[in-house]
Amino acid sequence: MASLKDLRNRISSVKATQKITKAMQMVAAAKLRRAQLSAEAARPYAERMESVLANVAGGVTGGGPVLLSGNGRDDVHLLVVCTAERGLCGAFNSSIVRLARERAFALMSAGKTVKILCVGKKGYDQLRRQFEKQIVELIELRSVKQMAFTDADPIGKKLIAMFEAGEFDVATLFFSRFRSVILQIPTELQIIPAQINAAGVAQAADTGASAPYEYEPGEAEILATLLPRNISVQVFRALLENAASEQGARMSSMDNATRNAGEMIKKQTIIYNRSRQAMITKELIEIISGAEAL
Amino acid sequence: MAAFHFELVSPERLLFSGDVEAVAVPGTEGQFTVMKGHAATMSTLKPGIVEVDRGSSKQRLFVRGGFADVSSTGLTILAEQAIPVEELDLARIEREIKNAQEDVADATGDDARRMAVEKIAQLQEVKAALGL
Repeated sequence: MASLKDLRNRISSVKATQKITKAMQMVAAAKLRRAQLSAEAARPYAERMESVLANVAGGVTGGGPVLLSGNGRDDVHLLVVCTAERGLCGAFNSSIVRLARERAFALMSAGKTVKILCVGKKGYDQLRRQFEKQIVELIELRSVKQMAFTDADPIGKKLIAMFEAGEFDVATLFFSRFRSVILQIPTELQIIPAQINAAGVAQAADTGASAPYEYEPGEAEILATLLPRNISVQVFRALLENAASEQGARMSSMDNATRNAGEMIKKQTIIYNRSRQAMITKELIEIISGAEAL
Repeated sequence: MAAFHFELVSPERLLFSGDVEAVAVPGTEGQFTVMKGHAATMSTLKPGIVEVDRGSSKQRLFVRGGFADVSSTGLTILAEQAIPVEELDLARIEREIKNAQEDVADATGDDARRMAVEKIAQLQEVKAALGL
């Protein structure tokens, strides 16, 4: 049986923890709102980009550039795993890593070579144990407070440089799509070769027939600049979705933690009061029986 | 004059959306102005000034590369970066020029170097156009 002092200490320590989790929850809520706003603000660009790309790609005859059609091989897969820099956000990091890991094992058992590029430290920490040799690089975005396009652009450029150097054939992006505070969906998205929305192409073909596009400078040149940008945009979008998801996950997990701490305090307080009462009763009995003995 | 729909978006946000009368666009192959009923065109952009004419008022924005997409529904500019001219200052352009110069130094292939050199020239044009 713990002494009264132990119980008191335990209660006050849980109270301190509760204060921290409560504060973290509120900070996450504020950050979430900002992350959500910037994710929404970035949406128009990505949508227009997609429709423009579908437009142009629909008009391209033949194979087109390698970023669109692929280099014809399917041997080396690069998994770009985007996770958070910090923990304490529930299953957010683990669920992305789990998806990537399953994919990596599936690819490896199919006889493909797998390479991994980690964006965010937490994913690296978790993947390092199993895929030490396959991890090509770790990109940390720890210093980034507000995700800007200039943070995503170098990653996109690096992917293209690696692709052109023949380091991989297919690149897939892993991130968490933000649905709501309690629901974030780990997602995989193939970015090289680019996947063009089939419906968009069909639609573009319909409208394209009535209004043929004029291309300045030329179709091929436009596609050659458009495709690399599209990759950066996809990375940027993934990072923004991730940022919102991370804060959402942190908010709900910290909410849970605060509630658990509250319950624990309640239980401990009852135990504390009971044992205090028992002690008082015991002392009274001792005094009374002592007085009677006289 | 008839109005048409114009949208200017950068990766971070939607900067402009509304009905305008004319927009001057700095295309890589030369400046062109889009008005209602313009033929469907797709053009890349060079660093330069986009001039938006809303009839009663004009607005000037600096864009740093991107795409212009003219379709039957209107004009959409996908800018790599866009800043209203009022917020632009000499230091910022100088910085861009310096970046481009570093690109020239870092460039490995002929193509990359040529592009970087072109970019410097374009930026200097912008600087002159702004009278800074």
